[in-house]
Amino acid sequence: MSANQLTLWYLAASVLFILALKGLSSPVTARRGNLFGMAGMAIAIVFTLALIARGNTGPVVLAMLAGGAIGAFVARRVEMTQMPELVAAMHSLVGMAAVLIAIAAINNPGAFGVPDPLPAGNKLELFVGTFVGAITFSGSVIAFGKLAGLGSRFRVFSSAPIVFPGQHWLNLAIGVVMIGFGVAFFLSPGEAWVPFILMTGLAFMLGFLIIIPIGGADMPVVISMLNSYSGWAAAGIGFSLNNAMLIIAGSLVGSSGAILSYIMCKAMNRSFASVILGGFGAGEGAAATGGAGQKTVKSGSAEDASFLLQNAASVVIVPGYGLAVARAQHAVKEMTDMLVEQGIGVRFAIHPVAGRMPGHMNVLLAEAEVPYEQVFEMEDINGEMGTTDVVLVLGANDVVNPLAYEKGSPIYGMPIIDVHKARTVLVNKRSMAAGYAGLDNPLFYMERTMMVFGDAKKVVEDILKALH
Amino acid sequence: MAGTVDPTVVNLVVFVLAVFVGYHVIWNVTPALHTPLMSVTNAISSVIIVGAILAAGPAESDFGSILGIIAVGLASVNVAGGFLVTQRMLEMFRKKAPKGEAK
Repeated sequence: MSANQLTLWYLAASVLFILALKGLSSPVTARRGNLFGMAGMAIAIVFTLALIARGNTGPVVLAMLAGGAIGAFVARRVEMTQMPELVAAMHSLVGMAAVLIAIAAINNPGAFGVPDPLPAGNKLELFVGTFVGAITFSGSVIAFGKLAGLGSRFRVFSSAPIVFPGQHWLNLAIGVVMIGFGVAFFLSPGEAWVPFILMTGLAFMLGFLIIIPIGGADMPVVISMLNSYSGWAAAGIGFSLNNAMLIIAGSLVGSSGAILSYIMCKAMNRSFASVILGGFGAGEGAAATGGAGQKTVKSGSAEDASFLLQNAASVVIVPGYGLAVARAQHAVKEMTDMLVEQGIGVRFAIHPVAGRMPGHMNVLLAEAEVPYEQVFEMEDINGEMGTTDVVLVLGANDVVNPLAYEKGSPIYGMPIIDVHKARTVLVNKRSMAAGYAGLDNPLFYMERTMMVFGDAKKVVEDILKALH
Repeated sequence: MAGTVDPTVVNLVVFVLAVFVGYHVIWNVTPALHTPLMSVTNAISSVIIVGAILAAGPAESDFGSILGIIAVGLASVNVAGGFLVTQRMLEMFRKKAPKGEAK
């Protein structure tokens, strides 16, 4: 097979990857899109294997089968509530693979059909691909630990931000030195291992340091950003190997992650820089406003809640991270069915940053077989909040905090779901603890609000019992 | 202005066009499918496995080909895991038959 033929097959694979992403514009076409993606990947792998047919095929196929078996096993077993950590773990693998390939490329450029010694241009791209890959790896490992809740055992994985004085200067210094070594690698003739290894080591350190100060609820941004990085790392490797398919696939992924980060930042009304610099919710300015002690909260039981729900004509449910933690999605679905049977209109309102990753709540509700016609994005349902009889907030806090409308509050300007406009508001929370932003929530003290304390799943099950 | 075009320049052309395509395709993705989008992009970025296979390729094994084989293993986890978990999620978004009807 000639290099031209191979490249044409790679082109076919690239087109299939684009179709895979295009399919996601609607749930109806998405499954077909995913099949296109699989076909593209199969083409890419098979024709590349054919290229090394006379080489080391045995061990390569074995490694593929072993890795593939692990991947398939995890894909089958993972719970939908664990998707954020799975995605983080997978990002780290792409990052690590990019670093390993880069090292192999310096060691023996001939294996990739690239001139030996490496031309300067390829070396430049190689160093960019490597440090992005290394940052992706260590950053994703930290993100994985935070998302998987390993913070109780290892402090670096704490979902609370880890901050120390001079942090940003340290990161900046490491970044500058890292790029310095990269340039040294680029400028020096031959293999230049020393600057390359130093650069890679610093990049691993930097990935670790830039993620530890970022707190739990900012994870949707972090995970999208690392998604983007893993794409750019792949594109960087594609540049250094002169492989157009890798560049295309990497760029698609890179821009996808970047757009998701942008959407998430916008949904929190924060700049990308403020999220990445981290420390939100841990800072000194985040103290709760006003004396919370003087305000009174009305709290009720699950039975009271079910009574209110039964007497409503329209109900909107606002799920948040608390629903995911309690794995309450199936109980919620049962409760919804029960209400619908009694002739009550039930809809779901999803805030873009609810949960720990983009689209997290949608997947949980889909898993519980809530039809997607019942599920609305924030901007599509906000206008109807004023005419809604009962809103049930399940484990969400900052995304329904009306302080977002008050000038001077730390979350001023953040788009929220306007649940405070509904006729009655039921809020389920485990305790009165402040949300991620460290802010008190005036919603809880409203005349029309009733708090139902407890684990989301337990509370919903109790409501369900009372509905019978 | 004659002579051959440097491969890096060709790469840059491909890169810029691909970013444009990505930008326009991704904005059309419905927010409800953002999680499957992340898992499928994850699978797609592991097309880096192609580089790993090439690194592992040469018949005479050395340090580089061993790294290549490890990279093949890592990327394979993503290829299989990414596409399959995406498929599993997308199945959940399938329209459900009304209750009581046979599946």
